[in-house]
This record gives sequence, C-alpha cells and structure tokens, in this order.
Amino acid sequence: MDARITLRVDGRVRPLALDTRTTLLDALRDHLSVTSPKKGCDHGQCGACTVLLDGRRVVSCLILAVTCDGAEVTTAQGLAQEGEPHPVQRAFLEKDAFQCGFCTPGQVCSAVGMLEEVKAGHPSEVTDDLTGPVTLDDEEIRERLSGNLCRCGAYVNIVAALREEAES
Amino acid sequence: MTVWREAVGTPAARVEGPAKVTGRAGYTYDRPVTDPAYAFPVQATIARGRVASIDSAAAAGVEGVLAVVTHRDAARLADTGDAELAVLQSDEVGFRGQFVGVVVAETPQAARYAAGLVRVEYEQRPHDTELRADRPGLYAPEQVNGGFVSDTDEGDVDAAMEAAAVTVDRAYTTPMEFNSPMEPHVSVAVWDPGERAPGGGFAEGARLTLFDSTQGPHVVRSTLAQVFGLPPERVRVISPYVGGGFGSKGMPHAHNVLAALAAWAVPGRPVKLALTRQQMFALAGHRTPTIQRVRLGAGADGRLTAVAHEVVEHTSAIKEFAEQTAVGARMMYAAPNRRTSHRLAALDVPVPSWMRAPGEAPGFFALEVAMDELAQACGLDPIELRARNDPEVDPESGRPWSGRHLVRCLREGAARFGWAERTAPGTRLVGRELVGLGVAASTYPYYRLPGSRAVVEYEGGGRYTVRIGAADIGTGAWTALTQIAADALGCRLRAVRVEIGDSDLPAATVAGGSSGTTSWGSAVVAACRAFRHVYGEQPPAGAEAGADMPDDPDAERFAMHSFGAQFAEVRVDADTGEVRVPRMLGVFSVGRVVNPRTARSQFIGGMTMGLSMALHERGVLDHRTGHVINHDLAEYHIATHADVVDVDAVWLDEEDVHAGPLGARGIGEIGIVGAAAAIANAVHNATGVRVRDLPITPDVLLR
Repeated sequence: MDARITLRVDGRVRPLALDTRTTLLDALRDHLSVTSPKKGCDHGQCGACTVLLDGRRVVSCLILAVTCDGAEVTTAQGLAQEGEPHPVQRAFLEKDAFQCGFCTPGQVCSAVGMLEEVKAGHPSEVTDDLTGPVTLDDEEIRERLSGNLCRCGAYVNIVAALREEAES
Repeated sequence: MTVWREAVGTPAARVEGPAKVTGRAGYTYDRPVTDPAYAFPVQATIARGRVASIDSAAAAGVEGVLAVVTHRDAARLADTGDAELAVLQSDEVGFRGQFVGVVVAETPQAARYAAGLVRVEYEQRPHDTELRADRPGLYAPEQVNGGFVSDTDEGDVDAAMEAAAVTVDRAYTTPMEFNSPMEPHVSVAVWDPGERAPGGGFAEGARLTLFDSTQGPHVVRSTLAQVFGLPPERVRVISPYVGGGFGSKGMPHAHNVLAALAAWAVPGRPVKLALTRQQMFALAGHRTPTIQRVRLGAGADGRLTAVAHEVVEHTSAIKEFAEQTAVGARMMYAAPNRRTSHRLAALDVPVPSWMRAPGEAPGFFALEVAMDELAQACGLDPIELRARNDPEVDPESGRPWSGRHLVRCLREGAARFGWAERTAPGTRLVGRELVGLGVAASTYPYYRLPGSRAVVEYEGGGRYTVRIGAADIGTGAWTALTQIAADALGCRLRAVRVEIGDSDLPAATVAGGSSGTTSWGSAVVAACRAFRHVYGEQPPAGAEAGADMPDDPDAERFAMHSFGAQFAEVRVDADTGEVRVPRMLGVFSVGRVVNPRTARSQFIGGMTMGLSMALHERGVLDHRTGHVINHDLAEYHIATHADVVDVDAVWLDEEDVHAGPLGARGIGEIGIVGAAAAIANAVHNATGVRVRDLPITPDVLLR
C-alpha cells in the first residue's frame, strides 16, 4: 500500500509517495536521495542512521516514514550551512574524530542532539544529580553517545572533539 | 633525492574530511544510478546438503518483482575452482547462510518480502561445525595465509622442554570473530550487455560496471573478470569511499557475484545489493576460532631455550583459508629450539578470511600471555623477560633486522605508563575495584606488494593530478599519498589532487597487510621522479608520466618487521567481575610516519579493536544448525564509547632506510596485535586469575 506524505528535509519541503513499509531511513535514502544518514544495521543497533526529527535525535531505521508526515528532518548534510561545517563537524575535523567516515554523519547528529539534551538538563545513566544542571564531562559524553558505534575506533577523538565543543 | 619535510611527516588533515563530516561523501549504495532495481538474497537454512526443490511462484507474483534467480536459471559462470564465488551454479549447500537464490524488484521492500516467500526444500546431509583439538581429520595445509609454510621445526623442542628449569605449557583459545565494518558489504551492478550468448551467458561485448565497497578495486576487477569469463578491460570497479573493511573487503565475496547475476537477469537495470548486517555474519568472512598450545622452556634466568606454538583452527569445507596464527612465534624471541604448526579442520562453516592482522592478532594473544606466565614463573618483570630474549638477528631466517626496537618501545612505554607502580597480582584494591597493569609485545611484518603503478599529470596553473587505483578505507591513505606526491614533486600540498578508488586508474594492490601506503607510495614517488626527469620543473599543461612500483631488494636481505609495546590498566569490580580499561598506551616502531594525525588514529583504532577482542567479541555457532546465532550488533558486541576511556599511542622517531623510498613499514594492523594480551595480563595482575580464553567475561573472574 502506498501513502502520500510530506517531509521537511534539511529545510526543503519534500512531498513523496511511498510503500507504507518504508522506514524514514529508506525514504530519505531511496526516495529522496538524501544519503548522509547511513544504513549500518537497519535495527537501531549502530546509530549510523541518526538524524534530528523535530530537533530530537532518532535512529531513522526504526521509524516508519508514514508516521513522520509534516515533520522536520535534519541530517548531517543539513547541519552544514551553505557549505560551512557545523561547529561539531569542525571539531570532528580538528580532532580527526573519524576514519572511514561511515558512522560520522550519525555521530555528528547524535552529538548535536545530545548537546541540546544536556542544555535542557536531561540526566543520563551516569548523572549523579538528577535535578540540577548537567555537567558534560567525558563520562557523560561517552555514556550519551554509546548508541553510535564506530568500528574504526575513533571514540577517544570523538570525545575530545565534543569536550572542546562543550567547553566553547 | 626527495626531501621529506614539507608535507610528509606533517599532520595534514584528511583530504576527504569535509565531505565525510558533512555527509556528502558518496559510499557505494549512495552513488546515483538511473532507475535502479533492488536485490535481496535467499539464504540456505541448512549447513550441508543440496537444494531438492524451489517454489518461487509466490515470490514471482509479488507486485514489483522483476526476477527470481536460482541455480536453475542463473547465468553460467566460468569454473575458477573458487567455490565461494561459484554462486548459484549448483544445488550444493556448503554452509548455512549460503546464497541459494536472489529476488530482484522495483523496491527494496518488495524484494525483501518476496525473498521470504521463496520456498526451498533441502536434502539435508549430516554437518559438522565444531572445532575441537581432538577431532579426526585435522590436516596441515600446504601453506598458510601470506605464503608461509605450515610447519617449522628447529632443534629439539621436546628435549629442551625436558631440560628446562622453568616451563609453561598451556592452551589458549580465541573465538570466531567478525570484521563488522560499519558499512555493510554493498555492490551495485550495471551491465552493458553487448550480445547475449545462447543460454543467457556472457558473450563477447558484455561489460560490467560494479560500484563496490572494496579494499581493492583492481583485485575485484581481475577476480570477477575470471568468474564471468570476461577480459579484465570489460569490467570496471568503482569505490571512492569505503566504510571500513578490516580485511573483509580485501577480496571479492559471493555477494559481488550475486549482484552481477541479479543485474544480468533484468537487462537494462542497475541492481543494488546491500547485505544486511545479519547476512554479513555468513557471507563477509570472519576470523577462525583458534585452539593454541604454547610451550615455553627457559633457564632460571628467563632465557628461552624452547618456543613451540601449535595451532588448531577451522576453514570452510568449500574453500580453504588458513590463518597464519603461529607464524609470529618464528621470529619473535631468541630460542634455539622452536616449533610451529597449523592444523585445519575443514568444517561446514562460512568461509573465513582476512580480519585485521590475520595470524598475529590471535597468535600474539596466546604467545604474549604465555610470556607473562613465564615471567611470573621466573620471578622476572615481564619487560625484563622480553629484553633478555630479544634476538640479535631474525631467528627464523638468520637475517639482520632492518630495525628491531622492541626493547626501546617497552622501556619508553614503561616510563610513560607508570609501570613501576605495578604491584603483585591481586594486591591492589581501590574502593571496590581490583587494579592491575599489563604489558605485551606487538609486531607486524613489513609487506610491500608488487603490482602498483601511478601516473602524474600536470593540469596547468600549478596543479598536478596523481592517479592510482588504490583504496582508502579510513586509513588515511588518500591524504598520505597526497603528501608523498607533494614532496616528491616539490610542490605544495594543495597543488596535488590524488584520484583513487577506480579500476580505470592505474593498477594498485589491495589495501591489506598494512602495505598500502608503502606499496602505492613507492609507485607515486617513482612516477613523480619520472615526471620531473622528463619534464623538469616547467612542464607543459597535459604533460604526463607514470612508473611502476620499483623493486624492493632490501626485503630479501633484511628481516623487516614493525614492533610495539602495549600497556593496559584494568579495574575489575570485586563483586561483579566486570572489567573496565581506564588506560591503554601503545608505543610503536614502524619506520617513518607519513602523517602523525592519521597514524595515531590507525594505532588507537587498532588498539580499540584489540580492547573489543579482549572483552567483548565472540561469534557463537549453533552446532545443531551451523548458524551464527548472535548475528547482529546487539548480540555480537563491539566496543562502544562507554567502553573506551583513554587509549593513546606514540611512536619512535625514526625511519627504516631499508623500507623503500619512504622508510615506512606500515601501520594499519600492529595496533591490534598484543592489545588483548596486555589486557589479559593486566587482569591477571589485578585479580591473580589467569584468563586463557577470549573474550574475558565476568563469569571466569568470579569462579
């Protein structure tokens, strides 16, 4: 069965007709040729498909596109404004926080979403004080990004990039 | 003479970095092709037997399905003797998960749904997937991976063990491990069919273009040309961005062939085939499980008199791959009596293949834990034990080392890591945690593979293009080659553009064996020199010159290996047995480092994979079914952010004057070698429990 929906992807309105079994990830990649979110597992286990859905980070492989009608989707490509990398992307470049680059758009989106969660005071598993503001130390960064796997093993550089970004 | 100072040795940022962080880098599946169709495989659900019948009517009737291809109607391939690549050529099933069909459809959803409707009945035969050291039928392969002999025997190990004041004789095991690059294996096949031969085969004139996630576009091209019976120039393989491989994309696998067969069945349509994460566990190679016996004999002073490393491992019954697990023990320490052997069990399992540092990675887990046990038995510091057994020349070949600086790495690391704070096993309790330090030695051979060629063209306006069909799978090779070319041409880094990742570019060897930068880099240097020799400093626009990689005569005269020292601190929860690794440090001796920024990432990336090997990774075969049951990333655990705290690497400032024009020996794999042993040794230091089986899980520490 096909359905008609409209997404706003990286600032552009994108109407599309798709099989209702289509995930948000496949809608972006196969229907709209928005390929910065990657398919690493299709089961929500690796984080490579992470995008911001109405500002919150989600694994787009676990969301059916038909449930996103009218939503705002931001990908790593959309975070870069007019070709200028987002500050988080710049920090990744400075710290060599990637190798093959396949998990990177997901890491970047996850990091941007995570920084917003911290600003909003959301605690994590390793937060001691559940009521006060969150101090974003290395342990918090690692915990909050553990849904994004990197087989190249760039973790320590990713944390270094985000530590710098959190301090600025 | 080239001056290595403007670009080589500097921490240049990755040339493709901006494209990667902003998501613009186009990996294989991302490449736009016109009007693609999508393939989804049908996999065998038995481990051994034959396909008795296939009912594909229901699948063929699904809206949007274009073709269902099985062994009954797949195009005929040439017989290359490689059963892994003889896809859909017979009704035989050699392992669970092998391809028995493929569905091609207008959408990925339709293809996947229809593939689930293909009904296959089997004539099942008894299978055997269980590796045991005492099983019948173990055999010595003619050679092991890398072209090494299977067995060696020097002196009299048994007599030396008998006479030794101190001995270690232990078994060590490592499990089936999976490369698991973040980008699954993907092939997009596009045929320009030419004429179709009678019977649907590949006739003169057919051309195949394959967008492929591979570590070697030229390797894929030459192999697939043989499989399809085409001249190599009728196959083109394109792979600019590769989302990791770690060996699993080093040689073509069955999915490459399946994608091309699927596309052949739907003339005029490009076909996209992406293996699912689950399918990769049967179809993308893996590291064999190993059962290793290590025997060490020494005097009371710790000087080794005997080293024996005997390995039992598996291969697939349909195709032999013999991991060279014991080869490192041939050159590592100075014992006069040495024996190594490899015995294979040919099982009804998926086809094993390269995984980062094949041989050394599992082999040095065993050897370096055994050395720690020997140090303990001798009452010696593990670093001192290794220093006492550091050979003057290569024990195996008798050749001088081109540069063996293991002891310097160990001493440098000891000073940096605070090794002097190490206490007796099981004596340091901080809060609820037992704390321990461990060390292990690391090594990896220098390989420079023949067969690469580079071409330099002057574009005008001060700009040069260097072309070589190499692959950057995240190693930083793209950037390193740009640096090498800039210095070899004597121009600025930004004046050089390097093109890689396409078999239409000059030939290049595989990104494997830590050989890429040295092999391709030497070809680039030769091409740049040839260019300057012909055109001087003021070339006309369009001027072009190329060269093959020059010979490597010193590789015949010297024993050439990189070395390293791996240090780990562990904290073991005294109540739960959970192991955490707050610190790792690697000190490496690898010859010249072309780019310290990307080199550090390679080292710490390898060490992180070693941490993962130590604590997390274990593929579980269900011997009743031959199925890898934990075939996804929720159950086959790889290290994530929370597991990795402080992993750092440094290296000796050196060049290896015998290692070609660059003086570099390769860096991609040494980071994983010894890392798991360092962690296991640290666990022993923390707890007093000696773990000889990977991964190290809490249950074994609580017994």
